[in-house]
Amino acid sequence: MSEITSSDLDRRTLLRRAAAVGLAATPAVGMLSACVGGGTEEDAPEQATGEKSADNPLGVDPKAGIEVLIFDGGLGTKYATDVDIPLYNKKWPDSKVTYSATQEVATVVQPRINAGDAPDMINNSGSKLMDFGAVVNAGQAQDLTELFAAPSWDVAGKTVAETLVPGAIEQGTYNGKPYAVNYAYTVYGLWHNKALFAKNGWTPPETWADFTALLDRIKAAGITPYGYAGANAAYYQVRAILTSAGKIGGEQVLKDIDNLKPGAWTNDAVVKAAAAWAEVGKNYIDKSFLGLKHTEVQLRQNQDKLAFYPCGSWLENEQAKDTPPGFEYALAAYPSVTTSDALPASALNAAAGEIYFAAAKSKNPRGGMEYLRAMLAKEAALGFTKLTKSLTVVAGAADGVTISPGLTSANDAVGKAGKDIFMGYLFDTWYKKLDDESRVATNDLMFKDYDAQKFAERMEKAAQAVASDASVTKFTRS
Amino acid sequence: MRHGKYPFIIGFLAVPVALYGTFVVAAYIQTFQLAFTSWSGLGPITYNGFDNFERLWNDDLFWRSVGHNLYLLILLPIITIAIALVFAFLLNEGGGMHRGVRGSKFYRVIFFFPQLMALAIVAVIFGRVFSTDESGMLNGLFPDSWSPWLFLADERWALTCILAVMVWQAVGFYVVLFSAGMGSIEREVYEAAALDGASRISVFFKITIPLLWGTLQVAWVYLGIAAFDAFALVNIMSVDRGGPDGATSVLSMMIYRNAFEYSQAGYASAIGVALFFLTLTFAALTLRVTRREAH
Repeated sequence: MSEITSSDLDRRTLLRRAAAVGLAATPAVGMLSACVGGGTEEDAPEQATGEKSADNPLGVDPKAGIEVLIFDGGLGTKYATDVDIPLYNKKWPDSKVTYSATQEVATVVQPRINAGDAPDMINNSGSKLMDFGAVVNAGQAQDLTELFAAPSWDVAGKTVAETLVPGAIEQGTYNGKPYAVNYAYTVYGLWHNKALFAKNGWTPPETWADFTALLDRIKAAGITPYGYAGANAAYYQVRAILTSAGKIGGEQVLKDIDNLKPGAWTNDAVVKAAAAWAEVGKNYIDKSFLGLKHTEVQLRQNQDKLAFYPCGSWLENEQAKDTPPGFEYALAAYPSVTTSDALPASALNAAAGEIYFAAAKSKNPRGGMEYLRAMLAKEAALGFTKLTKSLTVVAGAADGVTISPGLTSANDAVGKAGKDIFMGYLFDTWYKKLDDESRVATNDLMFKDYDAQKFAERMEKAAQAVASDASVTKFTRS
Repeated sequence: MRHGKYPFIIGFLAVPVALYGTFVVAAYIQTFQLAFTSWSGLGPITYNGFDNFERLWNDDLFWRSVGHNLYLLILLPIITIAIALVFAFLLNEGGGMHRGVRGSKFYRVIFFFPQLMALAIVAVIFGRVFSTDESGMLNGLFPDSWSPWLFLADERWALTCILAVMVWQAVGFYVVLFSAGMGSIEREVYEAAALDGASRISVFFKITIPLLWGTLQVAWVYLGIAAFDAFALVNIMSVDRGGPDGATSVLSMMIYRNAFEYSQAGYASAIGVALFFLTLTFAALTLRVTRREAH
């Protein structure tokens, strides 16, 4: 090996070279402008359009190809390759669908958008998703008003909008116009193994007193009662805390948080919820979870070493291949924190998630929209549910179909909640920085200082910093 | 060779210089330009003067990140060079009469191994080593009553764990570098010392170190530059990328997050400019010191 560093190194040459390396290696700087710098004045490429007709409501050019980009995460990509693309191609056989998948949406797509070479339909998801508010603000997302007004792909006599669950379009609406299809319908709650609970005679609690009593019994049985992965899944716990806050004070509490209203985070409901959860953190969490990742903590649940895990309904599918036989995923609503909660114990946080959008400045945005219309077909929605064990925003698409235990229990919970289903919050997609701060503050609350007041004040400060930052585009909801 | 020297040099340099100019210098210039804008990373660019730098000045996380980079800048070279020197001395016995311990060639290859592994793989492996539960190698070694040690999840130790990995990865290269340096020291010097009855320790401090000084300084510059980066390890190993609670945040991490996650390319560029000047200052200082030491 010594020839690598032959002994008569000329020190001065080496130093000079080192200085050059120093310039070249000042990390990330060059990368930054190389990646995001690109063209900024670019014109959109010539866009494909076709004749509008009853059969072609969006005016797609039948010969123009489309490019779709799918996030390869918890839902997998099979639904795209095995269901959506074939469905699209059945109607448009001359349109070549170019498909790709990635786990790093922002780093792959953002430079392409800047270079004027965006894929036509993009699934903006995962932990490295693009700040969608910024995408909308930059005029890079196609206005989907036409799509929702178009006739449904396979439900006769209805528009696309009329086939969706209530609230589905609102969630992708930015300052009054729809830009995204939030496709997957996610139910959030406390996931547990129904078989384990049945064996031990444990029943999911409705009041907080029942909850902590149960956690004590689970602890006595030698099982970690509650936990989440601090290293990369703190946002599950953020959702748990804010769902409790929403239940205590009503949905207005969460709307205020989204709207960056002063005092929204120091609201009594938020502090009470944080204090209740901090107790759980203090007494029932395994401290080592702070350094573990989602999959590592999930493994423990699969081995029945962990009882409750707060998560969304994609969990069952994500864990499908690692779930041992006899393990039955089930979802329970978060228990009431106080006896005077604004919403009942059965109330659920369920929301449309997973952003799919057509890029406005791609080569074929109409094709991208048409692809979204295909995804919103009942046939495609059913295929998605079967493959991913997740419901979609297409109403009733999975009715009468046998589905997995976890999804069945989520469906039951939705039924039990009735009208008390609330969409939750949007600040995490609107203001990524605030989202990150909420994760850090939650980890502190649950693993370290257990101080609800400090949590609330820290988040309030971060929210007001975003509110006063002129470079961040603001959104509101009502 | 003198004849036609310039056409020869220009012919060879034109292409690399053009490439460097396009992909490095131009990118830098653009970064400087973007630092004065509130560009989101998408869409129109608006200039906002020194706003980004004012914000930077008041940003706690920025100063903490600078502190973390400086911590690495000081400790990474010192620890790495110290360990590498000891290993190299043992392998070569300072270039003395005997050529190092038995199997020294084998050790040299072993020491060099970490250098051959992709940084991402190193990060993932050490993520497991430092894992906070009993599946983690270190926690598995400790008796149950000690564990779990939180390592990367503990604010006080997280950055030190990352430093340890950086040292582990770098040491091998410098062992080889110093071995080569020691090999070039005249044997007669050692023979004279041996005849005078010098101990190994005094040979090391009075002969090897002074004669190796130049190589040490080169090592210092390289390690210093590595300490300004640390992005890959922090990104993969740390809790919530830069955590817990910002305890491992470094400047490169801040640039990445602001540019690609917070849609604040303008602000990210301003951090990039700050990092540029920090690196430049470091390089200039080191070169300055070296010039005084030369000859």
